[in-house]
Amino acid sequence: MASIKEFISSITKGNTEQPPRVCKHCNTEIPYTEYLANQGVCPSCGTYFRLRAVERLDITVDKGSFQEIDKKLRSKDPIGFPDYAEKLEKAEKLSGLTEGVVCGTAKISGFDCAVFVMDSAFMMGSMGTVVGEKITRLFEKATALNLPVIGFITSGGARMQEGIFSLMQMAKISGAVQRHSAAGNLYIPVLTDPTTGGITASFAMQGDIIIAEPKALIGFAGQRVIEQTTGQKLPAGFQRAEFQLKHGFVDMIEERPRMAYTLAKLLALHAGKKTK
Amino acid sequence: MGRYDAVTPYERVQAARNGHRPMGSFYIDHMIDDFVELHGDRRFGDDAAIVAGVGYLNRMPVTVIAMERGNTIEERMERNFGCPEPEGYRKALRLMKQAEKFQRPVICFIGSSGAYCGIDAEERGQGLAIAENLYEMMGLTTPIISVVVGEGGSGGALALGVCDVAVMLENAVYSVISPEGCASILWKDASKAPDAAEHLRLTSFDLKEFDVIEKIIPEEGKSPREICSSLKAFLIDELNRLTQLPKDELLNKRYEKFRKIGAFK
Repeated sequence: MASIKEFISSITKGNTEQPPRVCKHCNTEIPYTEYLANQGVCPSCGTYFRLRAVERLDITVDKGSFQEIDKKLRSKDPIGFPDYAEKLEKAEKLSGLTEGVVCGTAKISGFDCAVFVMDSAFMMGSMGTVVGEKITRLFEKATALNLPVIGFITSGGARMQEGIFSLMQMAKISGAVQRHSAAGNLYIPVLTDPTTGGITASFAMQGDIIIAEPKALIGFAGQRVIEQTTGQKLPAGFQRAEFQLKHGFVDMIEERPRMAYTLAKLLALHAGKKTK
Repeated sequence: MGRYDAVTPYERVQAARNGHRPMGSFYIDHMIDDFVELHGDRRFGDDAAIVAGVGYLNRMPVTVIAMERGNTIEERMERNFGCPEPEGYRKALRLMKQAEKFQRPVICFIGSSGAYCGIDAEERGQGLAIAENLYEMMGLTTPIISVVVGEGGSGGALALGVCDVAVMLENAVYSVISPEGCASILWKDASKAPDAAEHLRLTSFDLKEFDVIEKIIPEEGKSPREICSSLKAFLIDELNRLTQLPKDELLNKRYEKFRKIGAFK
């Protein structure tokens, strides 16, 4: 994984100046350096931007500690879906990534862990076989090394362009999570906006401790689908992190600037186990 | 037979959804002796979209979990048109754990457009209910065979689909998304569902080719009773084989069955 500087340079084609970010909620224009310093939180209204994987790593793991694995894995378009090959190519150019998740090992406040970070810039972070394979391999590695897994999740769900192969990744990852857990290892998914569909119905909800970012959309069924199916009007705050906390499906909501600290505290509490 | 034969994938989707097509209860009635239905998730309620219980398959005690949409309109309302609520999945899991305790195999019958999409289902953790089934079924120390008899609708179907052997009836379909859903998202036009059905590769022949399922039960020219008989014979053979396997081997093979699914470079 590139440093933030290299990352900026890669997505701006050598021009290291990133354009300012504009808050969708209050329209405030935020210079990119301030945006980064503020961890992608709007300084005037507090809205959370969706972070890129590299930005998330930058604010979470110890400097220089991230060792990426399976960086170049790409999809083979398993069902030959129309326009999919072009879509993948476009997503790669747009995001600077070869797929929707970045995986590796890192330290958080000195604690060793395996980390996966989904990136919604690559086809909405949707899960095809590469996302499934990379997360499965990460859990297998973490099981072999007795490492905790921290997963930052953002995804629209299973990727329909890979058909049944995408659906089966839910089972595949669940198997790897189950083995990691049965060996006594800690898994903390951090649910960020949005976490929906088959992701919520698999590894997003299989953690020992589940953390959500404030106001993140977290749910199984899409809101439009529910409205169309039932004809009911959705209540305010439906499927937001606060709704999930109230209904008992996440352990806590943590603010982004405190997230790394909270993860470090939890890692420390579970650090009794010696890594192999 | 294959995807290029006279029957189009969308015709198979329609056959899988046909209102007269036998669903879970039919197979229980015609295959399982001394069936005793067991109700409820012991948490919140009983979901009639899933019929579950214990009985004998050819003198072997088994736990059966079946999606059922009902036949009359009243029954379909009662059974929510076969779309399970979280309680249905939790009842299924409760009875799978019970099967594990008594070391009897589990047979799941899948046929539903999907997990119910409603406010109440979300409030009671539809995502979690499916996630827990996937997780627990991966570690369940008794054989599981899943049979897709109708429409295998996405995550709501997979919640009964983590298994040692996956079977589809010839005209059953199994997909990550409905052809209508796919067409409306990709092409903003649900009427292009037949095209989507073609591209999604969701027929039993496709899934067999992809090694996602192990067996197709032929339907052409056969009555529902005949189809049921050939399915029953297959299940007996497979359970006789699976119940001989040591638990570690059973679980390792189940893990590998899903572990190998994917295509990347």
